[in-house]
Amino acid sequence: MSDTLSPEIRFGSNSGQPATRRDGLAKVTGVATFAADNTPEGLLHAVYAPAKIARGRVSHLDVAAAEAHPGVTHVITPQNRPELQGDPSGKPTMFSFRTEVLQDDTVRYAGQPIALVLGETLEAATEGARLLAPQYEVDPVRVALDDNTARGFDPGGFGLPGGASHGDVEAGHAVAARSIDVSYETAAQYHNAMETHAIVAQWDGDRLMLDMPSQALKVSCAGFAYFFGIPPENVTLRSPYIGGGFGSKAIPTGPQVLAILAARMTQRPVKLMFTRQQMFGPAGHRGATRQRLRLGVDENAALTVIDHEGLAETSTFDDFVEPAANASHDLYAAGALRASHRLVRLDVGTPGPMRAPGEASGSAALECAMDEMAEAAGMDPLEFRLHNYAETQPGTGRPYSSKALRECYAEGAARFGWEGRPLEPRQMRDADGLMTGWGMGTALFPCPMFAAEARATLRPDGTALFETSAVDMGQGAWTVLAQIAADSLGLTLDQVEFRAGHSALPDGGVAGGSAHTATAGGALHAAGGDVLRQLGELATADPQSPLYGAGNSSLVARHGWLLLEEDESRRERFADILARAGKTEMIGTGHGGRAPEAAGRHAMNSHGAVFAEVKVDPDLRQVRVTRLVGAFAAGRIINPRLTESQLMGGMIWGTSFALHEAARHDRRSGRIVNADFAGYHVPVNADVSGLEVITVHEDDPYVNALGIKGVGEIGIVGTVGAIGNAIWHATGKRVRHFPIRIADLLAP
Amino acid sequence: MSLFISLTLNGEAREVSIDDPRVTLLDLLRERLALPGTKKGCDRGQCGACTVLVNGRRANACLMLAAGLDGAEITTIEGLARGEDLHPVQAAFIEHDGFQCGYCTPGQIMSAVGLIAEGDAGSDPERIREGMSGNICRCGAYHGITLAVQEASRRMAAKDEGGAA
Repeated sequence: MSDTLSPEIRFGSNSGQPATRRDGLAKVTGVATFAADNTPEGLLHAVYAPAKIARGRVSHLDVAAAEAHPGVTHVITPQNRPELQGDPSGKPTMFSFRTEVLQDDTVRYAGQPIALVLGETLEAATEGARLLAPQYEVDPVRVALDDNTARGFDPGGFGLPGGASHGDVEAGHAVAARSIDVSYETAAQYHNAMETHAIVAQWDGDRLMLDMPSQALKVSCAGFAYFFGIPPENVTLRSPYIGGGFGSKAIPTGPQVLAILAARMTQRPVKLMFTRQQMFGPAGHRGATRQRLRLGVDENAALTVIDHEGLAETSTFDDFVEPAANASHDLYAAGALRASHRLVRLDVGTPGPMRAPGEASGSAALECAMDEMAEAAGMDPLEFRLHNYAETQPGTGRPYSSKALRECYAEGAARFGWEGRPLEPRQMRDADGLMTGWGMGTALFPCPMFAAEARATLRPDGTALFETSAVDMGQGAWTVLAQIAADSLGLTLDQVEFRAGHSALPDGGVAGGSAHTATAGGALHAAGGDVLRQLGELATADPQSPLYGAGNSSLVARHGWLLLEEDESRRERFADILARAGKTEMIGTGHGGRAPEAAGRHAMNSHGAVFAEVKVDPDLRQVRVTRLVGAFAAGRIINPRLTESQLMGGMIWGTSFALHEAARHDRRSGRIVNADFAGYHVPVNADVSGLEVITVHEDDPYVNALGIKGVGEIGIVGTVGAIGNAIWHATGKRVRHFPIRIADLLAP
Repeated sequence: MSLFISLTLNGEAREVSIDDPRVTLLDLLRERLALPGTKKGCDRGQCGACTVLVNGRRANACLMLAAGLDGAEITTIEGLARGEDLHPVQAAFIEHDGFQCGYCTPGQIMSAVGLIAEGDAGSDPERIREGMSGNICRCGAYHGITLAVQEASRRMAAKDEGGAA
């Protein structure tokens, strides 16, 4: 290899490049191994029987018929279930829900597991589960928001969100020159990752090996260890590829616990994979909400008050309240604000975090209400939002760490062609006579950080190994984190080996909250920095090094060399520094996270503006989203290609929220009647056209060392409202629930 | 009691034992023939994740009973690349980021190969979107999928013309 430095390689050059996915080859050739693709020797298949009622108890199961079916090896029911060491009502980790693991014969929601059947083949176990033909004692069900009493609650911890308030809300209402008081409803939604929840469990003594998709490997290990009375380090979890998570794969589910139990009981490997129908049960969902929004403006169209009350469903046995009203916290400058939540207990599975929890549902209502307020004030919706732009965080007055929302509005509006939009609805028709409407919405998503650890190992040949138990569920961690890792040592991407998706690696934290790139990336960046620090100390203290006496403050790494920034002729190869010090490798460690004092100084959010065009058939009232332009400012963009995909995916989720997704319960049985892809609609390719993403440049020196804000969820936020508002603009009809369907627009 | 069927699987003639008449082509591939590249997304023909080519036409493997496939020619995602050389559809999916999590991807790619072979869509994006709508992508990679199919379709057409000349 030549000693000449390659001029195009410079520190930091991997970040910002649109590298294609490092896992792309494995994924397009079918060799990427998802959990259920594993078929160890001696495997038993497990199928669980789901409750077909929503409330009551199981009075009879035909266990004999199931056991008699050829190939069925075991039937596990509450009567014979082996003991679990952990209480299923306990909450051992930050992401734990009370779990249904056949602890009794009570049915608390439709789809709850009521028995587990093991078989030599999937066919045998499936038929065995069917033959159980359960009989029930049925109690009346409560599945709609009005079916039970709405209650307040004490906020605290995961699932019980606090609200917020500032200013004098009653005075804000009183002084308003114009007000609106509107209620919006959002339907229950189920994550429905294409890969259903799956697990392959194998025991070796008191050590447990799991192949299972997980958004939080170490937390999952601790959660499972709790149930089986073993130390978390005895659990090995492999999750190299995750077929979509969207929040549903951070939390261990009851059927997965039962599969592990079955493996321990039989001393054989056990595979369990949810059916698509079973995804509408124990794996969490986005709870239905009803949100009341009372807004007021003064004579100058300045908001005097935002009063956002959220009501959300949760289960009868655990708490996860969709924090919808909190979407109003940080967005608009209002004289007074109140965001509050109440819950209603229903006979449904416990809801959970689903892509943009709170923000998606809350923004859907808020952005439509803002449009209604703009209409009442006689203003253009964009102008109204700019008029009420928050220069500092409402209530606290804290500065934003960065906020290029004004630029998002400007660039999005210009690209969309917003100017000249008629104020009144029903003004536009296209050449085919379709009613055409334009709407917009603002997007905001906070920038949380969790904690992560990483390890960097510099090898004698100058290449490096980076390790963290990070998770790629499609967002691109295999690629983006490797780009950050390579940059931390000034190496090219192909000089870096990156290991992730395995619980034996340093804790990569949680893939959630749009925080994974910042957090795990921060840990990798710090680990590389730790290697450089050690190299610098060796070289600058060694009289034989060209860097001797240089001090390590102005050392930079580039293409396998450590060099002095102000005099690049003084440089030395990593490999030579190691060799002279008699070392075969050098290990650095790094931590990712945010210091509490940094979190207190600034308000930190990603922002965006979404513009939608819809066309509505004047006779059939079919709605098509024909254009969707999103402009987002989310700090430093590590990989523009993958970022565009994330944001587009989010905007498609927004389209889905606005027009497609709703789980519908049968009011008598409590069962979800559309629990499959024929009945539960998500967008297909033909539903998506005219999608455009703009990323607005933003430097954020405060959010974290890398300036990363995260792009995983913000695409949904703003999009739902934009589409709802565009439908109003096309038709003059203000539909105050989601999804908006043809029937809503046909109704007089 | 076993039933034997003959398959041409990814170009290779195979005698396959069917241990149970209920076995679908999908579960035959995944659980019995060590070909888990074909994915199960719904098991009832609603999502397209299990799309394979049966006698050159795209089909949902979850809806076909294996016992009925005696003599069939089946191509799965594992049989698409020629050694190191990716099929043009596979290469275009990487280039245009036509996937995120990758779970629906084998089905999307097999569906795209089938669609291009059907010859109706060409590189018209509207027809590609329609023709690819039997394959759900929950991540929402549709923009990239459409671009990838367009490009692969053009490349393959150009190659065909080149070959004919």
